Amino acid sequence: MAESLLEVKDLVKYYPLTQGVLFRKQVGAVKAVDGVSFGLRAGETLGIVGESGCGKSTVARMLVSLERPTAGSITYKGEDISRLSGRALKAVRRNIQMVFQDPYTSLNPRMTVGDIIGEPYEIHPEVAPKGDRRRKVQELLDVVPDLGLYINRYPHQFSGGQRQRIGIARGLALQPEIIVADEPVSALDVSVQAQVVNLLEKLQDEFGLSYVFIAHDLSIVRHISDRVGVMYLGRIVEIGTDAEIYEHPTHPYTQALLSAVPVPDPQARAHRERIILSGDVPSPANPPSGCRFRTRCWKAQERCTTEVPLLAVPEVFTSGPAAHPSACHFAAEKRVVPHMPPQEGGRPVGKDTD
Amino acid sequence: MPDPERPEPAGYDPVGPRPKEAVSPTGQGGPMDLALDEAESVEGIEKTAGPGASGPRERARSLWSDAWHQLRRNPVFIVSAALILFLVLIAIWPQLIASGDPLQCDLSKSQQGSAPGHPFGYDTQGCDVYTRTVYGARASITVGVCATLGAALLGSALGGLAGFFGGWGDSLLSRVADIFFGIPVVLGGLVFLSVVTSTTVWPVVGFIVLLGWPQIARIARGSVITAKQNDYVQAARALGAGNARMLLRHVAPNAVAPVIVVATIALGTYIALEATLSFLGVGLRPPTVSWGIDISNAASQIRNAPHMLLWPAGALSITVLAFIMLGDAVRDALDPKLR
Repeated sequence: MAESLLEVKDLVKYYPLTQGVLFRKQVGAVKAVDGVSFGLRAGETLGIVGESGCGKSTVARMLVSLERPTAGSITYKGEDISRLSGRALKAVRRNIQMVFQDPYTSLNPRMTVGDIIGEPYEIHPEVAPKGDRRRKVQELLDVVPDLGLYINRYPHQFSGGQRQRIGIARGLALQPEIIVADEPVSALDVSVQAQVVNLLEKLQDEFGLSYVFIAHDLSIVRHISDRVGVMYLGRIVEIGTDAEIYEHPTHPYTQALLSAVPVPDPQARAHRERIILSGDVPSPANPPSGCRFRTRCWKAQERCTTEVPLLAVPEVFTSGPAAHPSACHFAAEKRVVPHMPPQEGGRPVGKDTD
Repeated sequence: MPDPERPEPAGYDPVGPRPKEAVSPTGQGGPMDLALDEAESVEGIEKTAGPGASGPRERARSLWSDAWHQLRRNPVFIVSAALILFLVLIAIWPQLIASGDPLQCDLSKSQQGSAPGHPFGYDTQGCDVYTRTVYGARASITVGVCATLGAALLGSALGGLAGFFGGWGDSLLSRVADIFFGIPVVLGGLVFLSVVTSTTVWPVVGFIVLLGWPQIARIARGSVITAKQNDYVQAARALGAGNARMLLRHVAPNAVAPVIVVATIALGTYIALEATLSFLGVGLRPPTVSWGIDISNAASQIRNAPHMLLWPAGALSITVLAFIMLGDAVRDALDPKLR
């Protein structure tokens, strides 16, 4: 395994639930992120998928130090950055930048595009000397297509896709090594999504960036990612290369997620099997014991309620593409993305199927 | 994945002195072109695009200039602004329209009606009501403007800091503001101002600031809390911006509009409050000429000489109305949702 640029270990974020007006007492905690570990190698894209509320965005915010983890470590080039403050934190921030989900709220409506993209240089004057800034901003705008001419305009004069590109240009300004993109295309039209994703890929090749790409759209994650982590209720349930995850999923939750991906081919669609999970995601304030997915899992047995499955390569798989970390006691391969003709007589195993 | 081909031509050429033409040929249905078209059409013809690479000198409109453009077309704003301009002028130079001396009175003319050169007649002391009404504007405007400035500065500073930093300071400030809110204005005025002997406007201004800041502080706190949750503030934090930069560059400009609106409306009510206090005898004191004092003196004579009451009361009503109308127009202009 290549040296990791960023190493996340046992990351935990609890938000306390308090009661009382004058004397706050803690009555519980929302376990937004509960023991997440992964590594990010230089130049790769790690996709993180999961449904709403599974803690993806909290992970992203901890990576860029907008939230402080309750426990665990985030190691960047051998240094734990999760406890830094002041000058040291500011230095690390130069190297880890974020692209936000909503391009309509992530740009200050009172600042021109030139000011928005130039602000990183004001905060970190060592990156660009004063006389150089305007040229730097112009360069950045030239990297991001179509925007170079509008340096004096305000964000409301741009479309969503253009705004997101302004946000990306701001993220690139300090020449970071890592960009954490928190659902960067979910707020955009499909046609514009493609432009933004392709821009991100182009910039990755150009500047050797590493991405942590968070999304709930599995197709986009597959398109851009080298490796994919699947999150459920604050934990990573399965992680591997995109081929491993999409072609050989072994965790039931991943299989259920993948079975919901729209298939553009009506022939294949007719044969494919959909796994429809019943119920809702349990509250992260009171997650199920043992395996967190057991309340919605069709494979759940006694063991799942008592024993937390570890994120490790399941013993049943010794080699091959299915041998990737999967947090399930009963991990088994199951093809859900119909690339090849579906197997005859495949019996649906979901609780409800259509 | 959808086709990555961009739907519109990449060569976008707004270079040249004809910005309208530069846009129309590219309007090929691409979403960005549509958005740009809209932006162009809003901006009209005053935009002059320069060569792109060297930074065009185009004038883009911010919310403030948008608001200003809307205000200029709003008749309510024009009327109220003209009135306020006039009032400010006569507050500074009352001699412009009144040649007499408000303190030069002739008891023999007590309560007489209008006469040539004295259109509003005389009050009980035989002073010229017209001159006194004109000179009374100064006290009202001074109190209104100074009290509003004081309350707005104090309130937005305290409320803004409390909202931005939160924590126990916020709780403390909110409770203190609640206490000040609880003071009844008239009772508070009678208690505080009856012990003051100064004849200037400043004790009244101070009292109004004391009672007025919590309202502004609450508004400022709320709008700062709303603004600081925006992603662009988080983005600035992620870039490494300090508190001062976030507060001054990102939060304050986006939180100030409601404060301006409330302060403008409050200005009218502060003028009325000054008149109320003067009427009750605890506001401004006699050597100062004030509408409140005149109304107070005239109230008992309303049957004998209604003109003594009507002119200063009318001037007061129009002034208060002008400021409230201005506040209303500013609120409409600063609220993008009403546009």
